[in-house]
Amino acid sequence: MLNRHEIFEKRGLLLTVAILVVVAIGGVVEIAPLFYLESTIEKVKGVRPYSPLELAGRNIYIREGCYTCHSQMVRPLRDEVERYGHYSLAAESMYDHPFQWGSKRSGPDLARVGGKYSDAWHQQHLVDPRSVVPESIMPPYAFLDERPLDYSQVEAWLKANRAVGVPYTDEMIENAKADLEAQVDPFSDIYDEFLARYPNAQIRDFDGDARQISEMDAMIAYLQVLGTMVNFSTYEPEENYR
Amino acid sequence: MSENRAHPGNGSDTGGDVMLIAVILVVGALWSLFTAARATDPLMAAHAVMFLVATVLGGFALVSHLSSGYVADRNAYEMGVVKAGVFASVFWGIAGFLVGVIIAAQLAFPSLLYFPDLAWTNFGRLRPLHTSAVIFAFGGNVLIATSFYVVQRTSRARLWGGLTPWFVFWGYNLFIVIAATGYLMGITQSKEYAEPEWYADIWLTIVWVAYLLVFLGTLLKRKEPHIYVANWFFLAFIVTVAMLHIVNNLAVPVSLTGSKSYSLFAGVQDALTQWWYGHNAVGFFLTAGFLGIMYYFIPKKAERPVYSYRLSIVHFWSLIFLYIWAGPHHLHYTALPEWAQTLGMTFSIMLWMPSWGGMINGLMTLSGAWDKLRTDPVLRMMVVSVAFYGMSTFEGPLMSIRSVNSLSHYTDWTIGHVHSGALGWVGYISFGALYCLVPWLWKRKALYSRALVEWHFWISTLGILLYITSMWVSGIMQGLMWRAYNEFGFLEFSFVETVEAMHPYYIIRMLGGLLFLIGSFVMAYNLWRTAKGDIREKEYARDAALAAAPAE
Amino acid sequence: MYETLASFAQTWGLVLFVVAFALVLIYALNPRNQSKFDAAKRIPLEDGPVESEDDTDVR
Repeated sequence: MLNRHEIFEKRGLLLTVAILVVVAIGGVVEIAPLFYLESTIEKVKGVRPYSPLELAGRNIYIREGCYTCHSQMVRPLRDEVERYGHYSLAAESMYDHPFQWGSKRSGPDLARVGGKYSDAWHQQHLVDPRSVVPESIMPPYAFLDERPLDYSQVEAWLKANRAVGVPYTDEMIENAKADLEAQVDPFSDIYDEFLARYPNAQIRDFDGDARQISEMDAMIAYLQVLGTMVNFSTYEPEENYR
Repeated sequence: MSENRAHPGNGSDTGGDVMLIAVILVVGALWSLFTAARATDPLMAAHAVMFLVATVLGGFALVSHLSSGYVADRNAYEMGVVKAGVFASVFWGIAGFLVGVIIAAQLAFPSLLYFPDLAWTNFGRLRPLHTSAVIFAFGGNVLIATSFYVVQRTSRARLWGGLTPWFVFWGYNLFIVIAATGYLMGITQSKEYAEPEWYADIWLTIVWVAYLLVFLGTLLKRKEPHIYVANWFFLAFIVTVAMLHIVNNLAVPVSLTGSKSYSLFAGVQDALTQWWYGHNAVGFFLTAGFLGIMYYFIPKKAERPVYSYRLSIVHFWSLIFLYIWAGPHHLHYTALPEWAQTLGMTFSIMLWMPSWGGMINGLMTLSGAWDKLRTDPVLRMMVVSVAFYGMSTFEGPLMSIRSVNSLSHYTDWTIGHVHSGALGWVGYISFGALYCLVPWLWKRKALYSRALVEWHFWISTLGILLYITSMWVSGIMQGLMWRAYNEFGFLEFSFVETVEAMHPYYIIRMLGGLLFLIGSFVMAYNLWRTAKGDIREKEYARDAALAAAPAE
Repeated sequence: MYETLASFAQTWGLVLFVVAFALVLIYALNPRNQSKFDAAKRIPLEDGPVESEDDTDVR
């Protein structure tokens, strides 16, 4: 009697283990190769870690749930390439923790929005979307303009990113705060150093308000860098044929 | 007493449950005190204070329970926690549907319903609140309540673990509150359906392990020789969700006293991990778990055994095996390597078969008792739910085909598909289970009113139809407009023209959601009166008279 | 690397799936299990009355 009972008891555990084995197979076979197959991510010049200000903007982009309506993934389809630009490369989001590819376009794709509109347009559009696009259904983000950016943790942001694999150097981490401030100040003392650390970063007062570094500054800096790191006039897809 | 001790499954009798809960509460209180004092951001401090309040309340509840001298009858089922789960399900259901209607209205009338200075009222923050409230708060509480009910009755054993089931219930609902308030304040990882930050994830992991232990412990001390198939599905749901949750939420916190973290994975690897998680949240949370409900409540209500037990076994193994591969169909034409996309598509199409096997099994259980559909609106609701399951599991594989997906992806077609599954399948099977459970748990002869169930059924069915048809039209229309070219070979429409074109459908969708919400209010009222012990005499007297009348 | 993995998956992977599926089918369709399944499928119907006054007993 006791023995028979034991067998039944074990079956509950056996079932649990069997379920775990069955469901683990798919994940292991599908996901694991992406981490070591070299063909997963193309070798491309130009993709660099986000500058501190861009990273701060990205944090706000995530905080406000922008990904619920905007994708950052241009598919290699004729209409998308014509509407948004060159299709997205895996390399372009290789430092994105987490990824922001999105799943729904209630608004347009933003993978290549950088450089398409002026800072002033972005600012006006974020403050009151319907003042520039009357049919827009986007929420207003006027509060970004008033709120000073809290970047007391900026070094820790970079460190955490380095811990998950983004190649921030010691120098970048040490200078994170200064770099963040330098990006909104075209007359800063470390202009050249900053650019050496973050090649091609755009340096200007993004929200046109020199009194404070606002959340709007960070947000626009992030939007303006999206999709601009790779120079597609020199990019040869054939080099990466897998 | 000594007999129970000898029983291997009854670890709870030693008071280990009280000790463990006490330790968790004390450690939790210390952690939140420390974190509240040293928080690097005000949001973290707010959550630490909330957590502290919860642990203090939990401590009071534990002490008052112990000092009351209440001794549970070990030969009786633990149904109190199931009742609590029913209550929480109805509450969160209404809350989640309400937020859904609000965000639908925001998309239909953006200039009326946005407030430029109130960040927390924006769509981006309310949308995760809606999805989490309906999936995890409503669905999760339904699953906890029904799985605890079913595993006890089909095992003929009291829930294992003494107070542990109560810890699972309150701990899970605390997670919901932390998640929901976090979204409003702007705390999110931005991984869809896995938005809560690292500390909430750790808390959920603790709760979920307790859930698994309670479920497994009850199975282990069962008095039935066989583990009924509904429990297989519940077990697969619990085990797999644990695995998915842990892997997808791997992240490095910026500070141990701060709310922000960065995902361990980046870009393409992160995307696949996320949609492996995301699609299996559908497969194991919203499908396997609710199939457990189907396999118990439909036979029970129809008073006949499931159509084919063999089919249910094949259904089970093939479903859990195939589902886990389907995630990459969310990433067609992206920078994900094509072999992974193809793999995801292939398995998604194969998934059609076990899904329909399960649907046939559920529907055919009614064979020989189809007349009950006319007289029993609760059974009808559950059968319609299975029909919706069949419809959305046909639509899903279709949409996973790469060329179809190139049209449907990023549009409202996906939203419509999700809602035919969520409102039709998950919603109706849950409502059916709740309509069954309340009279059973509160020991009432019948529901307060069957006519109100009819009203609920028809109002919400109309709502679902409005919802999914409007989303089909708007989704396919938008997909076609995006790829439309004019005679000169240029794109015909700007993006915002496609947004403008969707306006009428967004209004229809909002009305559909509103009807579904109204239906849930009708249900809440009916269940409340039932639990109170009221009965609508008029209705039942009429039914009795009809039954007594000779057949024509 | 990719080719090796792919060819392995496309051959042995397929064999593995077919075998696993066959095992499930054998288990499910084996006539010897029929009586067990017949008993199991009646569990929800025989887990005691629910609408009577006394449904709390673990029978």
